Amino acid sequence: MADLAVNLAGIRLRNPVLAASGTFGYGREYAAVVPLDQIGGVITKGTSLEAWTGNPPPRTVETAAGMLNAIGLENPGLKHLVEADLPWLASQGATVVVNVVGRTVDEYVAVAEALDARPAVAGLELNVSCPNVDKGGMAFGVHPESAYALVRAVRKRTRLPLLVKLTPNVTDIVRIAEQVRDAGADGLSAVNTLVGMAIDIHCRRPVLGNATGGLSGPAIKPVALAAVWRLARVGLPILGGGGISFWQDAVEFLMAGATAVAVGTATFVRPRAMLEIAQGMEEYLKCQGIERITDLVGAANPGARTG
Amino acid sequence: MNLEQARVEENRLLAADHRRMVLHAPAIAASAGAGQFVHLRAHDSFHPLLRRPLSVARCDRTAGTLVLIYRVLGEGTARLADRRPGDGIDVLGPLGRGFRLAPGLTPLLVAGGVGVAPLISLAEECVRMGRAVEVVAGARTASLLVGEADLRELGVECCSATDDGSRGYRGPVTGLLGGRLDGRALYAAGPAGMLRQVQQLAGATPAQLCIEAAMACGVGACRGCACRARGGGYRLVCTEGPVFDSHEVTYDG
Repeated sequence: MADLAVNLAGIRLRNPVLAASGTFGYGREYAAVVPLDQIGGVITKGTSLEAWTGNPPPRTVETAAGMLNAIGLENPGLKHLVEADLPWLASQGATVVVNVVGRTVDEYVAVAEALDARPAVAGLELNVSCPNVDKGGMAFGVHPESAYALVRAVRKRTRLPLLVKLTPNVTDIVRIAEQVRDAGADGLSAVNTLVGMAIDIHCRRPVLGNATGGLSGPAIKPVALAAVWRLARVGLPILGGGGISFWQDAVEFLMAGATAVAVGTATFVRPRAMLEIAQGMEEYLKCQGIERITDLVGAANPGARTG
Repeated sequence: MNLEQARVEENRLLAADHRRMVLHAPAIAASAGAGQFVHLRAHDSFHPLLRRPLSVARCDRTAGTLVLIYRVLGEGTARLADRRPGDGIDVLGPLGRGFRLAPGLTPLLVAGGVGVAPLISLAEECVRMGRAVEVVAGARTASLLVGEADLRELGVECCSATDDGSRGYRGPVTGLLGGRLDGRALYAAGPAGMLRQVQQLAGATPAQLCIEAAMACGVGACRGCACRARGGGYRLVCTEGPVFDSHEVTYDG
C-alpha cells in the first residue's frame, strides 16, 4: 500500500490533492459527489472580515483550453465561515485551509487572528494574488515590500501554518517568494490565475463585467509548472497548482518541487477529478515500486530545496 | 445531486439548430423537478472545456429518462449534437431551484424560443397533479415552435405567436398576455428581453422567471453565474435560480 500522506508546511494531509480556493466553495457545494474525507483538503473560498458582494456579471467566460473569471472575491465573510462552515466541514472530516483576503493589512490580520487556535482550521492561505479586486488581493503580491509587510503582520498574530498564494503576474516570482519567506511564511502556494481578457467583437466591449479576469485551466499548466520549478529553490514547501487536470499533471508538479497540489478548474469539468488524481498517483507509486509519495518531491529538479 | 454516466437514447433534429435528446439517467430522473437543470459534459477534450447546463424538459421516473430540448449555438452544444444513441454521457444533476406552483391560481406558462424546455417540465407536473395549465409560446417562425409536439403529447393546448406570422399571433409572445392575467400565475422562460417584458406586464400577478446564464461549476462553488438582484447585490443563477420570483431580479444596470 503506497503512502500518499504528506506534511505540507505543518499541515498534515491524507493525500496531496487539495481543492483550490474559489473552485470548491466551502465544501458543501460538491459534497454529494466528492466525500471531503477522501481528498487531501479543502481550501475555502477567499474569506474577508465582512461579506463582499463581488463583481458585476458576466463573471466567467470560456477560452481556449481554459476559462477567465472575475468573481471579485464574493464571500459571506468571516462570521459565516466560523459559525456555519467550519463546524460543518469538521463534521465531514475535512482538512481545512482557509484562504484569507482583505483590502488592508489590518483586515487580513483580523481574519487570521480570529482563526488562530480553531481546531477546525489546519492552516491559512494568504491570498496576495487575486487579480480581480481594486484593493487588496494582487496589489499586495506584486511588490516585494508590501508582500513582506503583510506576511510579517499576519505572522505575528497566528501560529497556524501559513501559506502565501503567489501571483504569476510579476517579473520575478522568486524575489517575491524570498520576501514572503523572510517575513515568516511556512509555505508557498503557486500559482493564482494569470491576468487575461476576452472581447466581444459584436458589441465591441470586453466580455467580462470587470473587463479583465484571471485565466485558469489546462492552458496555464506549463506556466504554473515552471513557476513551481523556479520557486523550489526558495527553500519553502510548495502547494503547486494551475491547470492540473489529471494525475500525470500532479506528478509533474511534485517532481518540479511541490509537496502537494491544488486542483480547481478541473473540478468544474469533472467533479470527481481530485479523487481520480489521488487514485492515479497511488497506482503510479505502486507501478513504480515507490513507497512514499514524498519521494517524488523535487525528483526532476536538481535545484529543489523543498520536501 | 448525482453524477451519472447516462446513455443517449435519442438525439434528433426538431428544427433548424434545435434538437431533442433523451437520456437514460435513472438516478437523476428519480428526483428532477420542474425547472431544474442538468450539467452535461459534451465531450472529452479541452476545447470547449466546461460543461453545458440544459433545462430538463421532461422526466419519466418509471423509465428513468430525461428529455432535453436544446439549441445548437456554439461549440459545446455542437459537440452535444454529435452524440449518437447508445453513447455514454457524463451528467450532473438535478441542479438548481425549480418552479414553485402558486396555490389557487391557474398557471400560465410563457415560452420564448427554446425557453419552452423548462416550461414543458412544468406543464408535465401540472398534468401529473391534475391541475389546469395554459401555455403561450413564441418563436421567430412556425417551425421553431419546438415544444409543440411534447405539449400535445401531454394533452396541453398551446397558443402560439411568431415574429413572421407563420403560426398564430404575429408578434412577440407577450402580446398574447393582455387581458388574461386574472386568476393566473405566470411562469416564463426565454430570452432576456422577453423575460423583462413579462416582468413589466405582470404587475400584481405572481410571476416566476427561469433565467439562462453561462456556468462553470453549476453548483454554487465558483459564484460565476451571478445575475443582478433587485435592490442591489447579486443572485446565483445555478443555486438560487434558475427560477426566480420576478421581484427578486432586475434587468436594469
